[in-house]
Amino acid sequence: MSAIGIPSASAARDRRQPGWRAWALLAPMVLWLALFVIIPGLILIVYSFCERDEVGGVIFAFNADNYRRVFEPVYLRIFARSIGYAGLTTAICVVLGYPVACYIARAGEQLRNRLLLLVMVPFWTSFLIRTYAWMTILKQEGLLNGLLQAAGAGFGPLNLLYTPTAVVIGLVYAYLPFMILPVYGSAEKLDNSLIEAAHDLGAGPVRAFSAVIVPLTLPGIAAGTLLVFVPAIGMFAITDLMGGARVPMIGNVIQNQFLQARDWPFGAALGVVFMLMFALTYALLQRRHASPA
Amino acid sequence: MPDPVRPMIEIRGVTKRFGAFTAVDDVSLVVRAGEFLTLLGPSGCGKTTLLRLLAGFETPDAGAILLDGEDVTHLPPYRRNVNQVFQSYALFPHLSVRDNVGFGLRMQGVPAAAAAARIRDALAMVSLAEQSGKLPHQLSGGQRQRVALARAVVCRPKVLLLDEPLSALDAKLRHGMQLELKHLQRKLGITFVFVTHDQAEALTMSDRIAVINRGKVEQVGPAAEIYHRPRTPFAADFIGQANLLSATIVGRNGTTARVRAAGGLELTVAAAGLPAGASTALLSVRPEKIHISKHRIEAENVFAARIEEEIFQGATDQLTLVTDQGTRLHALVANESAIQEAFHEGDRVHCGLHPDDLIIVQAE
Repeated sequence: MSAIGIPSASAARDRRQPGWRAWALLAPMVLWLALFVIIPGLILIVYSFCERDEVGGVIFAFNADNYRRVFEPVYLRIFARSIGYAGLTTAICVVLGYPVACYIARAGEQLRNRLLLLVMVPFWTSFLIRTYAWMTILKQEGLLNGLLQAAGAGFGPLNLLYTPTAVVIGLVYAYLPFMILPVYGSAEKLDNSLIEAAHDLGAGPVRAFSAVIVPLTLPGIAAGTLLVFVPAIGMFAITDLMGGARVPMIGNVIQNQFLQARDWPFGAALGVVFMLMFALTYALLQRRHASPA
Repeated sequence: MPDPVRPMIEIRGVTKRFGAFTAVDDVSLVVRAGEFLTLLGPSGCGKTTLLRLLAGFETPDAGAILLDGEDVTHLPPYRRNVNQVFQSYALFPHLSVRDNVGFGLRMQGVPAAAAAARIRDALAMVSLAEQSGKLPHQLSGGQRQRVALARAVVCRPKVLLLDEPLSALDAKLRHGMQLELKHLQRKLGITFVFVTHDQAEALTMSDRIAVINRGKVEQVGPAAEIYHRPRTPFAADFIGQANLLSATIVGRNGTTARVRAAGGLELTVAAAGLPAGASTALLSVRPEKIHISKHRIEAENVFAARIEEEIFQGATDQLTLVTDQGTRLHALVANESAIQEAFHEGDRVHCGLHPDDLIIVQAE
């Protein structure tokens, strides 16, 4: 009897506390997270308080020397540069992506689906191949300069590749879809009658935009900011390839500590500080969005 | 009270097309200052498009719209002194009740102190003073409706446009709001243009009703006039119940005419509504205008019938009659107190009809 009919009291309890079935369903993911996120994270924290020996091994001598080094001016500058590039990338992505997202959200269904497909087309090709493609476009005798010359531009070939500009171009290119998609998500949900109501109550296009459209698409902008800023700040492939390692970002430094300098403890300390920075960014964004429903 | 002379809105030959579909077809209509005018029609008839043209959300393909004498045909919504209550209410979800109501005042640049006082008054008017700090999603449907109303009237518009604002409320609340809206309109003296597909709602609230069908205004007039003197078959059928009888004209005699309805029932009608030379006509008879008795009736038009069906509706009885000539008619009789006078299926009854209650809605 009890095997067939589930008493309502236990059904109510099931809703509050996941039963063994729920845990069974979650188990693969929990296992994955434990093995590849939590345990490595803990190892990273432990290493960050250690020292390296001459051949690059790890000596378990617990002190905070590595953290002291993180806050040396040379690394602080790199952190600041990383934040600056990632911030600039995010800002450009908002400026470029927001109107595109709003336009897609307002388009008819057929056009909308096609445009969304176009936004996602770049993911069909390997990220590294696309980055190399950008290098051939930007290099001195590349496509861009060739086109400029053919158009009869009055200035010489542009030295774009291996400059901060190239890094930012590469970052914006790589992360723009991650801004467009979440903003599209919240713009698409925006009820057109709200915009009409704003106009009806005397708001011109600019004020309707600032007082109604922006606040109501802010969750999308926040999600997009998180999805662009966080990966951009840690990116090392684009800075390596398009910046020619001349403008290292924090990702490059960490990569270096582990692979070239073989100073794992210091790399770990940089990584931990880096993670804390993300956590802080995330917490700040969450707090801003906790209040309005 | 409506001003019988001063027009607040003049719609002059306005046409609006969406692709091949003509939503509003050469409509001319005058809304008087201070009146409660209802645009009534079935869904897709163009009433909402007409309202959107007044609000400025749509621009007409032809014709002009004047607001208090000023041509506003091409003015955007934010430059028109009209406000709308939306069907979905369209409250700003990120703003409190107070800020929603204050939105229009902020856009107009009303000083904060004056705005606060007007917001307070507007919220008190709709009995929501207590809720001013809440967000829209924390309110019930009826409360949201009131916020939408307060948000629109606080701007002191020349015309308030209401797009089926009561359609989302349950029946009881809706009826209460109908009366409340009507009282509010009288108190404020603002011109209301109200859109609905609900004919009972239109009859309850309006000073005048514009019956709209397929993008055209079929008839404009006070509720009672539309009900008692419909001028088109559509108006007769859409507002209240109507028996529509097609008939041939068999003779005229000064102020009256004789007609023969399908089936052979002969009736006397007032000739006033009948153009000279017309040979056929469509007649509208309201069910409650048919007098029914088990005894002989003294009337201009009398005929005998059998009750085919009787449906008890509480205050009234709905009867389906079949005359001896075979014409089927719907009738409505009041359930007063006389159990002995109650009608039953299969009863034979005498019916009477006054010629003035036979309305000619079409003749050719």
